[in-house]
Order: sequence, then structure tokens, then C-alpha cells
Amino acid sequence: MIRILKQIFRTGIKTETIPPVLDPEIAKIGVKLEAVIKKRFRGSLAIRQIDAGSCNGCELEIHAVNNVFYNCERFGIHFTASPRFADLLLVTGPVSRNMEIALRRTYEATPTPKIVVAVGDCGCNGGIFGESYATVGAVDSVIPVDARIPGCPPTPIALLQGILKALAD
Amino acid sequence: MDKIRLKNLVMNALGSDASEDDSLAPSTVMSLVVPRSRFAETARILKKEYALLAAEWASDETGLGRGYGVYACFRREKEYLVVKMEVPTDDPVFPSLVKKYPAAFRFERQIQSLMGLMPAGNPDNRPWIKHEDWPADAWPLRKTFDGAKKLPRVAGEYRWIRAEGEGIYEIPVGPVHAGIIEPGHFRFQAMGEDIINLEARLGYVHKGIEKRFETLSWVDASRLAARVSGDTTVAHSLGYARAVEALAGCIPPDRAHWLRALFLERERIANHLGDLGAICNDVAFAFLFYQFHRLKEIVLRTNMNLFGHRFLMDRIVPGGVIADIDPDKAQTIMEELALIEKDFERLVAVYDDNSSLEDRVRDTGVLRSEVARDLCVVGIVARASGLNLDCRIHHPFPPYDRIEVNVPVLVSGDAHARAWVRVEEVRESIRIIRELLRSMPTGRLTTPMDRIIANRSGFSAVEGWRGEIIYWVQSGQNGGINRCMVRDPSSVNWLGLEQCIHGNIVPDFPLCNKSFNQSYSGNDL
Repeated sequence: MIRILKQIFRTGIKTETIPPVLDPEIAKIGVKLEAVIKKRFRGSLAIRQIDAGSCNGCELEIHAVNNVFYNCERFGIHFTASPRFADLLLVTGPVSRNMEIALRRTYEATPTPKIVVAVGDCGCNGGIFGESYATVGAVDSVIPVDARIPGCPPTPIALLQGILKALAD
Repeated sequence: MDKIRLKNLVMNALGSDASEDDSLAPSTVMSLVVPRSRFAETARILKKEYALLAAEWASDETGLGRGYGVYACFRREKEYLVVKMEVPTDDPVFPSLVKKYPAAFRFERQIQSLMGLMPAGNPDNRPWIKHEDWPADAWPLRKTFDGAKKLPRVAGEYRWIRAEGEGIYEIPVGPVHAGIIEPGHFRFQAMGEDIINLEARLGYVHKGIEKRFETLSWVDASRLAARVSGDTTVAHSLGYARAVEALAGCIPPDRAHWLRALFLERERIANHLGDLGAICNDVAFAFLFYQFHRLKEIVLRTNMNLFGHRFLMDRIVPGGVIADIDPDKAQTIMEELALIEKDFERLVAVYDDNSSLEDRVRDTGVLRSEVARDLCVVGIVARASGLNLDCRIHHPFPPYDRIEVNVPVLVSGDAHARAWVRVEEVRESIRIIRELLRSMPTGRLTTPMDRIIANRSGFSAVEGWRGEIIYWVQSGQNGGINRCMVRDPSSVNWLGLEQCIHGNIVPDFPLCNKSFNQSYSGNDL
């Protein structure tokens, strides 16, 4: 136990403020975010992530959003195990033929109003996999999409910025 | 001598029936062509010699003036042997290897589903990757199949393996899982908490990668290889690049070899750290989860700062690398490693010290050594079950022919062993990176590629963080890609997960799964 406590104190708090990269508006949106989540979602935004055919690159970065540096829970964002509790669907692509039905069903299982965010170049436009016998391509060719976060894969910062923008719009 | 033993054995036994395959580019691996009628016999000879089956695949060679080619790759110690047989288009049947090599059953189901060649003697003819709502005669890897065309959905049913009896119930899981992971379907038959059987059904993330390769140029295809499995982007880029280089006879400069190994080991460290955290999380030890993921994030950030991408995607290309290092960057890595090593050892001490964690991971999900050998598993899974397999040692690609690698081999085959192999490998990778930085040669980063010769093939095997990755590329009549076969370690290791779970309790499945952490995308392609 003493080792654990020592390591905790040695590590300290690693959570960082969101740097206003790319877009100076983001810093403002960051401040707005908590307010929006507080107002619209009673302080708690539940996200259901759906891998609809991704290479797992985007998933790694979505995981990273939960790590101590980005610590998305401080804004009231948390990932839920079921679409039934979700406010927002974070969908990675390209949507494969074998996931198309499962994606539609998950979307239908999510209570309205719901926000859908397509993640990654493949989720936005099919990426290098494109459309073929095996893939349907972009997420919006299967379910309505409210916002897009491009990148291959998008960095955790880009993911947080994208989610903030999706909520602020 | 030890590199041609298998080949000589087959040639002696088959006499004039076996001949060398002159289309495989030289200097990579041994290869033989045998008649269809003696393919199974060849496998029997190799099995007797304790060779393991590494992969089995088919290629449509009608564009090259032939029929179909069915290939099986065997591995024993330092030797790889690719055995080919030709299958005529009007009789698309080939002899199954399942009786000698159980691991062949998935490969053959895949060949049947995607290429439309019947494995005679394989008891399981259910489609694989291709789900039940696909038209039965849609064989995407055939040249006559238009990969751009959408397929209709048809009515069909998948025949699951059943267990029946009083008190037995079934738990279906997926394809959309509870966590942030890839999709796949698992079906358990359980009695109380005890799992009687587990059947995995994958293919949900099939993106038509192998077909897609055939539409791309050799250079563009490198980007596709980097996205076969996003967590293994370095190793897949490397596997593809080495196969193309073998085909083209291109030898990258030494500096490129060293940088490739640097990227490969950094990928290994990052993923092992993530996995160790995730294993601890699945036994509800949040402290180590957050701590290990903190270290992983530090590695990814250094990657971003020094090489421009957190996962080092697209830094390796056929012919060399496109990211360089200077003394300042090397110094940054040295400092980062010192920091990580120190904290890592502290965390490992906590892991080792915790009896409640030990209680969960020890004796859980045991993959016995004999089973591991029968299934021909590779990589961390094999090394946790007593199989000493690592291509960095047994098929050393540069720079590992000049850099020493020590790999841990454990025999208990449980979740703890799979975790501990990772612990030892992180330590070893840190040591290797230091050695790489100390001995980094000077020189250019790439060697220009010559024109690709028609009707040739190239083979490569590299050790990614999950294990051995095999690429086999074949050029067509016009010098483009006729076929690119990808064998991710997951294609064989998923079989191990099904077999290690018997007698475990349902709540331990996530832990077992995490200790394997196989790729869905790399398997489904």
C-alpha cells in the first residue's frame, strides 16, 4: 500500500488545460463546454463509442481522451457501455458492410435527442478504404451525422475540440 | 544447412514431383511447387519434422496464364518453407490440411469464402469473414469479381456450435461491445458461472483490404498496409515494405534499418504499456491502469514531437524510412527512456506485490503448451505458453541480425504469463533502443526502388508487438499488385482465446480477452 501511495504523491496531478491550438476560439469553447454540458445535460454527457469498421487507430486515441493528461471526465464527459444511456454517439469508420446493420440498430437504440459525431478520415469520407463490396464508406451514408472530426487518427486534443464544437453548435 | 532442411526433406520424399518455385524472388525464403495430389502428403512430412503452419492462402493467377495457386507456409526454427500447388479453374478444389494442422481450418474457411476454392476434407464449411447475408457465390478475391460493386443482402443463417442440457444457457456478446474496442461476436455456453464453450465469430470489420491492395500502386499500398491494424501500424508498414523490397531486390540503407527497428520497439513499448494497464483495469485495479497509460502517453508524445505522428504511421516506406533522427532527438529519447524505466519498475513492483491482483491473473485462461503448438500460435501468446518463437531471433531481419535480442519464454500459459512476457519485453525493448541509438549508422534514408518485374512474388516475416506478421506480395503481368496476402498474428491467436477459456468463469472472460488483446481489423482485413 505504501508503494501505491508514494507513487500517487510522486506523480501528482498530470491533467492539463486544453491548449488553444489551431483555433483560438477553442479556449473559449473549452470554457463554454462545462456550461453547455451543465445546462443541456445536467452536468453529465454520456458518450457511446461505436467502431463501425475502423482499423483501431481512432479507438486508441479515444481511449487516450480518458487518460490522466486529457481527463475528459472533468468536463462531465464519460463513456457509457450502452447506447440506451447515451447522449452522443462517437462513430469511427469506414462503415463496413458487416457492421452496417449493427450501427443502425445501435443508433435506433439511442434515445432522442442524440448527437452523432463521425470520427477519423474514414468515418468522415471512407478514407483509404473508400467504398467497395465490403464497405459502405462514410458514417453519414448510414445514419445522420451532426459533426465530423477528421484526422488519421485525430489526436486526443482534436477529439476533445471536435466534441466541444459538436455541442456548441 | 538449417535453413534448407525442410525443403530437402520434401524434395527427397517427393522426388521429381517437387520443384523449386522460381517466381519467388530469391534470398527471402525457400519455396517449392508440388502437385495437388501430394500437397497433403507434404504437410504430413513437415508435421513429422515438428514444423508449424504459419499461413495458408490462395491467389488468383488467371491473369498470369495459370489457374489458382494455393500456398502454405511452414516454419521450423530458422527455416520458412512456402509450398505451392496449382488448382485448375474448372475444378476449384484443394486438399485440406486440417487433419495434420488444426490451425488450417480458419485459413481454409477464409480461402473458401473469399476465393471460392473448396478445401476437400475440412469438416467446417461455414463461411468465415463473409457473413450469412452475403451471396454464396460472391468470391471477392477472384479476378472476375468487381470489388467496387455493392452486393445484395440475402437470407441466410449461421450455424453456431450448440451445447444443450439442463442448466446450460447461452450468452451472446457483441458485435458492439461495452468498452471502446473493436467489434466481434462471442457466444458462450455456460453452466452457472463456468464456461463450457466459447465460439468467436469475427469478420465485422472486413473492409476488403486484400482486394483493395490490388487496385493501388506499390507506393500507395504502403499507406493501406499502415492501416491494416492501427495499433500495429509500424510493424505492418515494415512487413509490407520488406515483402516489396524482397520482390524488387531492393536493399534499404543501414540507417533505415536502424530507424525501422527504433520505431518497431517504440511501438512495442507503447502497446505493451497500454495492455498492462488494461489487464489491471479488468481486474479492477484502477491505479495501475492510469499509471501505465500515463507512461504510454509520454511515449506517444515523444513520437509526435520527434517524428510527427503519435503512432509513427507512414514513417516506413518501401525502400527505407521518411523520418530521421539527430543527436538532440536521440538525447530526448534517452531521457524519456530513463524516466519511463524508473517509473515502470516502480509500477511492476506494485503489480508483483499485490496478492488480490495475483489471485485474478494466475491460473486464469491457461493455454497449455501442447494446445498452443497445435494451434500454431505466435508472438506474446506463444511465448507465454512455452513456445520460443520470435522472428527477430529465428528469422532475423536487419538490424536484428546485428543487434542481440533476448526474449522471455514462460510456461504457465495463464493471463499472468501473458502480462509478464510484456513486462520483460518492455525492459528488453528499452535496452534495444539504447543500443540502436548508440550504434546508429550514418548514411541515406532510402534506396530508390527499381521497376517491379512481372510475375514475381516476395515474402516477409517481421515481429510486431503481437507477434509474427507475414506479408506475401505477387506482381501481375503489368507489374502491378496481383495479390497481397496479409497474415496478422491475430489470425492464428484468436483460436488460442477460444481454447484457453474452458473451465473459466464468465467474469474472467474480459481479463482473458485483454491478456490476448488480438486485433479484429488485422484478422478481418
